[in-house]
Amino acid sequence: MRYFSIILIACFFLSCSSSDDSTNYVPTPVNLEIPALFNSLLLPPSVPTNNPQTLEGIALGRKLFYEPLLSNDGTQACASCHLAENSFTDPNRFSTGITGEMGTRNAMPIVNLVWNFQNRFLWDGGASSLEDQVDDPIENPIEMNNTWPNVVATLQATSDYPDLFEQAFGTPIITREFVARAIAQFERTLISGNSRFDQYLLGDNNAVTAQEINGFNVFMDENRGDCFHCHGNEFNPLWTNNAFHNNGLDSSFEDLGLGGFTGDPLDYGKFKSPSLRNLAYTAPYMHDGRFATLDEVINHYSEGLVYSNTIDPLMKNIAEGGAQLTDSDKADLKAFLLSLSEPEFTTNPAFLNPN
Amino acid sequence: MKKIAFLLTLLIVFLACDSDDDNNAPQFLISVSHSHNWDGENVSSDDIGITEFTNESGEVLEITRLRYLISKIILTNSTGDEISILGTNDYNLVDLSDNNTFNYATNIVVPPGTYTKISFVYGFNEEDNMDGAYEDLNSASWNWPGMLGGGYHFMQFDGTYANPGIGDDPVFNYHNGTAKVSDGVFEQNFITVTTENLSINSNTVIDVKMNLAEWFKNPNTWDLNEFNTGLMGNYTAQKRMNENGQSVFSVYLGD
Repeated sequence: MRYFSIILIACFFLSCSSSDDSTNYVPTPVNLEIPALFNSLLLPPSVPTNNPQTLEGIALGRKLFYEPLLSNDGTQACASCHLAENSFTDPNRFSTGITGEMGTRNAMPIVNLVWNFQNRFLWDGGASSLEDQVDDPIENPIEMNNTWPNVVATLQATSDYPDLFEQAFGTPIITREFVARAIAQFERTLISGNSRFDQYLLGDNNAVTAQEINGFNVFMDENRGDCFHCHGNEFNPLWTNNAFHNNGLDSSFEDLGLGGFTGDPLDYGKFKSPSLRNLAYTAPYMHDGRFATLDEVINHYSEGLVYSNTIDPLMKNIAEGGAQLTDSDKADLKAFLLSLSEPEFTTNPAFLNPN
Repeated sequence: MKKIAFLLTLLIVFLACDSDDDNNAPQFLISVSHSHNWDGENVSSDDIGITEFTNESGEVLEITRLRYLISKIILTNSTGDEISILGTNDYNLVDLSDNNTFNYATNIVVPPGTYTKISFVYGFNEEDNMDGAYEDLNSASWNWPGMLGGGYHFMQFDGTYANPGIGDDPVFNYHNGTAKVSDGVFEQNFITVTTENLSINSNTVIDVKMNLAEWFKNPNTWDLNEFNTGLMGNYTAQKRMNENGQSVFSVYLGD
């Protein structure tokens, strides 16, 4: 009797022939290109089930990323402040919006965000997904200063976008959600994992210099750099822990960082640990771009730490200003940090302006 | 393809439900919970950065971060069979700031009766403490530097403590892992915690308790002015952590 039931169920399922599927358009699925080290060491990338990567979605997202029509006066795109040649950050300390006003934080680089398992994006953790992150720059009065109804109407009125949305999402009706999903899909492809230090970790001993190896040892030495607690290690090639820390920049805070988002005084002055990848292209540094050079960054951790109530205990020797690195250690550390940069990432044709 | 896979799964499920397997003996579900206290006073995420604790040497401290690794929770029955409770990965990274890491549901069921012991490892034993072997721990930057023996942290206990002599609150990083004896020479530093003669007669929670005060108390009265930061490569500090850690944990079975 049991086997008869199985046969019946099997007949039912097989009768649902594949011809039914032809009426439902499905864009072309795409797998992310995952660097070898990431594949062997990290959890799989975090792609939301309601926004899978597709060929058409990524292409649309890339076009939108470079699309000035997203701004109120049609002059600024995401890429205006997230430049490919700068690992998708802004070389200016603060970005200037369409009204001429400047922001108060340095634009974050966009790299390897698909491995942000905590799903807290931006310097202050104010976005819970890459899709969510798209909202702020479009609506922010000192950035694109636009409204979503206007964005949607503008794109809908073009000759090409309705077709591109249909290819990506199966409908020519453009919505805020589809715009955000497409941009997020493109941003998830911005993967950097082929620096010289990656090549060294994959077995090419000639890929790095002795000084860079010395610098890595400074980075990993708790009594010298002690960078690894927040910025990854050879087994966490993201070179960030994606967490939030008060790294001793100020004794009081004009910008509350994570605390401004959560409202918790214990989070005041905490900001996201950025990835150390592509530092050669991402100056200036820190959430407010206060340091123009890597030397200034290293000097901060060595002699410039300032105490405040929420300072992370990983910031040591605060009374003396920090780690007290020697000039030799500083030079080696800087050399190592720069070995995490990947020139090809900044010129990858798949990431450049398609318009 | 999915349909075929579904049908095969269905088939397996039907065939697996064979009447020969019927067994009336009760089976009880096992789960794991972690709790924290300071000499009996409950410690929770709400205490982070707020509650002051006084350690054995009289220093007043606040907790900023407490994360630690528990592995190999094993229940041993009267015939010597070992039942691994944590499943495939066989470890759990507990974070005091994240209540989701306190409770660990399993699909382990056991028959009622008397069990000779339950044990777990604080940290990883030598066999499990392999460089870069665990994707989720790598992703959490839980690794222990290779120059100190590699593998993974066992604990990160960070905070501040009052020291009127210095002014601003000094910090401490009570980080524990493999102990470095000298360059290239390392010593295992994990702790095995065991409780013997247990009885299971219902669905059971294995409650792993950590008394934080013990890290500073027994047998070594911890002086934060002497051992505060830079302890990972300090052999003396690492071994004292191990000695004090012997009385930090306890494990109970509860309903």
